Amino acid sequence: MDAWKADVAIVGAGGAGLRAAIAAAESDPSLKIALVSKVYPMRSHTVAAEGGSAGVVQAHDSLEHHFHDTVAGGDWLCEQDVVEDFVARCTEEMVQLEHWGCPWSRKEDGHINVRAFGGMKIERTWFAADKTGFHMLHTLFQTSIKYPSIRRFDEHFCLDLIVEDGRVQGVVVVDIASRRFTLIQANAVILATGGAGRVFRENTNGGIVTGDGMALAYRHGVPLRDMEFVQYHPTCMPGTGLLFTEACRGEGGFLLNRDGYRYLQDYGLGPAEPTPRNKAMELGPRDRLSQAFWYEQQKGRTIDGPHGPVVHLDLRHLGEAKLRERLPQIYELAEEFLGVDPAKTPIPVRPAVHYTMGGILVDGRCAAPLPGLYAAGECSSVGIHGANRLGSNSLAELCVFGKTAGAEAAAFAKSVAHGPADVLLKQAAASQQRALELVTNASGTERIATLRKEMAQSMEDGCGIYREARSMQATCDKLAELRERYRRVRVEDTSSVWNTDWLLAIELGYQLEVAQAMAWSALERRESRGAHQRLDGFGERDDANFLRHSLAYHAGADAPRIGYGDVKITGSPPGTRAYGAAGERAEQERAALPGRTGEANRG
Amino acid sequence: MAETTGNGKVVRIEVLRYRPEQDEEPFLQGYDVPFTDDMSVLQGLQYIKDWLDGTLSFRWSCRMAICGSCGMMIDGEPRLACKTFLRDFPAGTVRVEALAHFPIERDLVIRMDDFLAKLERIKPYIIPKEARTLAQGEYLQTPAELDVYEQFSSCINCLLCYAACPQYGLNPEFVGPGIMALLHRYNADSRDGAAAERMEIAGSEAGVFNCTAVGYCSEVCPKHVDPANAVNQNKTRAAGDYFLRFITPKGGAR
Repeated sequence: MDAWKADVAIVGAGGAGLRAAIAAAESDPSLKIALVSKVYPMRSHTVAAEGGSAGVVQAHDSLEHHFHDTVAGGDWLCEQDVVEDFVARCTEEMVQLEHWGCPWSRKEDGHINVRAFGGMKIERTWFAADKTGFHMLHTLFQTSIKYPSIRRFDEHFCLDLIVEDGRVQGVVVVDIASRRFTLIQANAVILATGGAGRVFRENTNGGIVTGDGMALAYRHGVPLRDMEFVQYHPTCMPGTGLLFTEACRGEGGFLLNRDGYRYLQDYGLGPAEPTPRNKAMELGPRDRLSQAFWYEQQKGRTIDGPHGPVVHLDLRHLGEAKLRERLPQIYELAEEFLGVDPAKTPIPVRPAVHYTMGGILVDGRCAAPLPGLYAAGECSSVGIHGANRLGSNSLAELCVFGKTAGAEAAAFAKSVAHGPADVLLKQAAASQQRALELVTNASGTERIATLRKEMAQSMEDGCGIYREARSMQATCDKLAELRERYRRVRVEDTSSVWNTDWLLAIELGYQLEVAQAMAWSALERRESRGAHQRLDGFGERDDANFLRHSLAYHAGADAPRIGYGDVKITGSPPGTRAYGAAGERAEQERAALPGRTGEANRG
Repeated sequence: MAETTGNGKVVRIEVLRYRPEQDEEPFLQGYDVPFTDDMSVLQGLQYIKDWLDGTLSFRWSCRMAICGSCGMMIDGEPRLACKTFLRDFPAGTVRVEALAHFPIERDLVIRMDDFLAKLERIKPYIIPKEARTLAQGEYLQTPAELDVYEQFSSCINCLLCYAACPQYGLNPEFVGPGIMALLHRYNADSRDGAAAERMEIAGSEAGVFNCTAVGYCSEVCPKHVDPANAVNQNKTRAAGDYFLRFITPKGGAR
């Protein structure tokens, strides 16, 4: 076991982890920062984000609009004080990225351009063609190279947090290439490990999105908040689940059913107009659009494809030139993966799991209830997404809260002293032993892929776009069975060089526990809100009983214990969540209310 | 047992295996994989890993040609496994090997720390021509100015161009096509003022003059970055700098 003494250790080097590392380095150049990633940073899944990142810039837009879009989009399950802070800081972070070189798309006059996005009242989505996440990630990664105090541990896999004396004091990592273990002793640890979408069968996520940080925090007693809220993105490639960005619709794309009909007008999103109108039709929020697909499927108005029913994403009227300029990656994906020329033929799409709204419970400073532990990005639940995230809020979140986490962790790290290394090393050795037991357990019989496939299918069956108690309970039961079988998991590969079989087994252990938190939180939420929709008599939002965050607590080998926490309301009392013409009426009524709050400080 | 897939079609995937703890040298191992026409080589490898042989190691993540993880030699050509399709090998066999010109760590996994070290050397970040505070807002950059460097900023660091470059194969000191594209990306950015510092690398012994203009790097690039173009532009510039240094007091770099 090697040991390395850091002040701040960051696990995950995607957008949030890199932004945190830079913030920590800038806050005090004398701090030693360890940046751990199980891949090279530029492979992190931020790379796959396409459409853009939010930040108010237009004169007729306001922070209040962004705040209200976000809170209503989240079906009022947001921490409103945190949303206020978020919307106030997005634009500065986007400008910061611009100064660091991000190739934002521009207007003729040289100012950055913005595009429309689902659920956003005014265009405020900064974009770099349709490779925004790629460019943000590479900009952050390459910029991070400027800071000598950031020591990278590339292709190091995190096995455990070290908790001693009531606070986090480091992490245990293993070098994938050599299986050398290292205790990184640190006074503050930031988890920035991304989401957990791979626990579902059809998803947009990269193979690395396995909920590692969520599981690590959860196992150490930190609750996972709002885990039942899993976002289905409405326009994904059938079979693989690969993403066709919401910007396709922001640029004017239509969704058509088997009759060539823009079916969204039947689901409270109309009227259908020939050009995109913000917060209407194809620019409605993702939860509503995925739910509309489900109904179209029930009505037999979808189109049968080799990977199940689809609808059509029609971009033909935008013309090849515009598609090549604004959506070049989408163009290539359609051509190469589907053999479809989107300027000539509609693209077959269906919803797939995309994003984990919930995550590690943290406050507005990104601090978890466990002292010394911080989290940022998709692995965290800082409270801005509520029951449904708006597109382009997550890339902004990586920057805004990555920065917060880095600065806060740095400050905390300076306020405490390093604990005795021998005690921590003993713990680390125990973690190493537990991890290695997976390899030495020669009597294993359960194939990793079998367990993973059964888990992913069960999550789709029980925790999909629409849910009911019976199927959710079946998923909970299945996950308990899989955890029991996981004790006999078989790792075929016993070598110490690049043993990915072993890592897959560890990741599966993380996934099963995170999946349990999702399924049990879903079963216990007896209402419908945002991305959590029930068919079994709980079809309405129930603010009296469930305007509360769920909190899943790890309970060893048993199912999680589900508790609840308050929702912070500042300027926006829960109201009717409506889009299209109905949304505009609701907004006018809201504006006419006497004593409307929350305006002044967000203007 | 194995998941059912396909419509009766089977492809034989021959993989160059190498496990340093047990294999004296790399060897080919064949696997029969059922497939459908929409399956990529990556999905074929995943099938092997999941159902046939858990000991096969390879890098992958996004599945959509943007993370840059799954570069490998496929029937002798550097390609991304995720956007190479099994249907395109009508003979029914496809050979998959680790990327050429890099040391094999294991199976299809190569060592890439050389690329990272070179990336760190070229100062791959904006060193501003003029300082600007965040409160002053963004730097202005017209679409035309963006267009000058944008394609070079699209490098996904997949290393296919390095596997294609005969000169890198001969001389690993050569900074190589991908890094030259990234160097040019920053030098050509209207916000940047540090081209002179980077041109010292471009014009050095390890720099652009190693390139013999084969152009295969641009052919294999999955993102149309055209590194050969970046190398060429810098050859002209480095040559100019070389001669200018004799006639101007501070040397020719601007």
